[in-house]
Amino acid sequence: MRLLTHNMLSSNIKGVEKGFPLRIEAEKVVEKPVEMNADFLRKMFEKVEWKAFVEASRSMGYAQLPEEVDSGMLESDEFLSRFHHALLELHLEEGALVCPETGRRFPVNKGIPNMLLHEDEV
Amino acid sequence: MASYKENRTAQIRLVSSHNEVYEPCDDSFALVDALLANRSNLLEHCPTMCMEIGCGSGYVITSLALILGRERGGVNYIATDINPNAVKVTRETLDAHGVDAELILTDIASGLENRLAGLVDVMVVNPPYVPTPEDEVGAEGIISSWAGGENGRRVIDRVLPVADHLLSEKGWLYMVTLTANNPSEICLQMKKKGYASTIIIQRSTEEESLHIIKFWRDSDTTVDEVTDQSLIGFLGSLLSQIPLFSLWRGSNSNDNC
Repeated sequence: MRLLTHNMLSSNIKGVEKGFPLRIEAEKVVEKPVEMNADFLRKMFEKVEWKAFVEASRSMGYAQLPEEVDSGMLESDEFLSRFHHALLELHLEEGALVCPETGRRFPVNKGIPNMLLHEDEV
Repeated sequence: MASYKENRTAQIRLVSSHNEVYEPCDDSFALVDALLANRSNLLEHCPTMCMEIGCGSGYVITSLALILGRERGGVNYIATDINPNAVKVTRETLDAHGVDAELILTDIASGLENRLAGLVDVMVVNPPYVPTPEDEVGAEGIISSWAGGENGRRVIDRVLPVADHLLSEKGWLYMVTLTANNPSEICLQMKKKGYASTIIIQRSTEEESLHIIKFWRDSDTTVDEVTDQSLIGFLGSLLSQIPLFSLWRGSNSNDNC
């Protein structure tokens, strides 16, 4: 699971109002390089919730992202490179995503988050 | 044609399998054929985010990634399935073809609805569309891959509002339906939400007809009485009227699906 996906996930438990972002418990993180596409990054920049992204990135062991950003930074190769790395090259293979409101753990196994709810959570 | 297709779509010999996961069948092939037929449109469309709901073996999402391929760097793929074996198999299929997608084990798009709203440029769905008893819908294992409840619409009717919510302004939805699902009524429902539609591929057997429908937002699409009737009339004549109560996966079928 990439951090892009993590940034798109929120707790789906019934009644939860503040289900984003899910807190990451990282047990196994893998880095897989992938070609950078600046256009893609610029589009994603508009949609990513930055604070959640930085926090998640730290949970995965990467602390090279600036705390605050503006679109001017997209002109910087250095920034793009770090953004790319954190967004697309870090994979949570084993661990869990934790609902910020209920503490309920959604396991992540082999890079796949399990968001299936139990009957009483639907 | 065969060799052209081999490079552009997932290859059956490389598609992983599991006895609780739906194997690619005529409906999967028809959906991929529809995507292939739309290939140049899809490339021109420059989608950023593509999604499959119900990835099964991974045949369709893998094919979509191959179709959009290396010519369009910077596309993110997401696929979901409710069956844990399906996401596992999909990962194997993706790996075997050298393509990648983010996989999530979930019911339709549960967990993604808040943040992914309005971001999906291409969505593909081969839903459980077979008319079955209600209690088979969502049953564990492979049954959930085909069980569609009354008129085979139970899951389709849950997918459509989710698709509407997740699709971007320029978003396209490709969906597999049977005549039994009453596709003209589906198109009318979608029309009320501002979607135009077209049947890209129709394939008929003795028992049933598959229709691969494409939906897109169209600002010119309005619902008025005259248009409704002409739409229904047009679709009605287009779609063959076949008895409703035979299953696509009938017990008499010779194929291995």
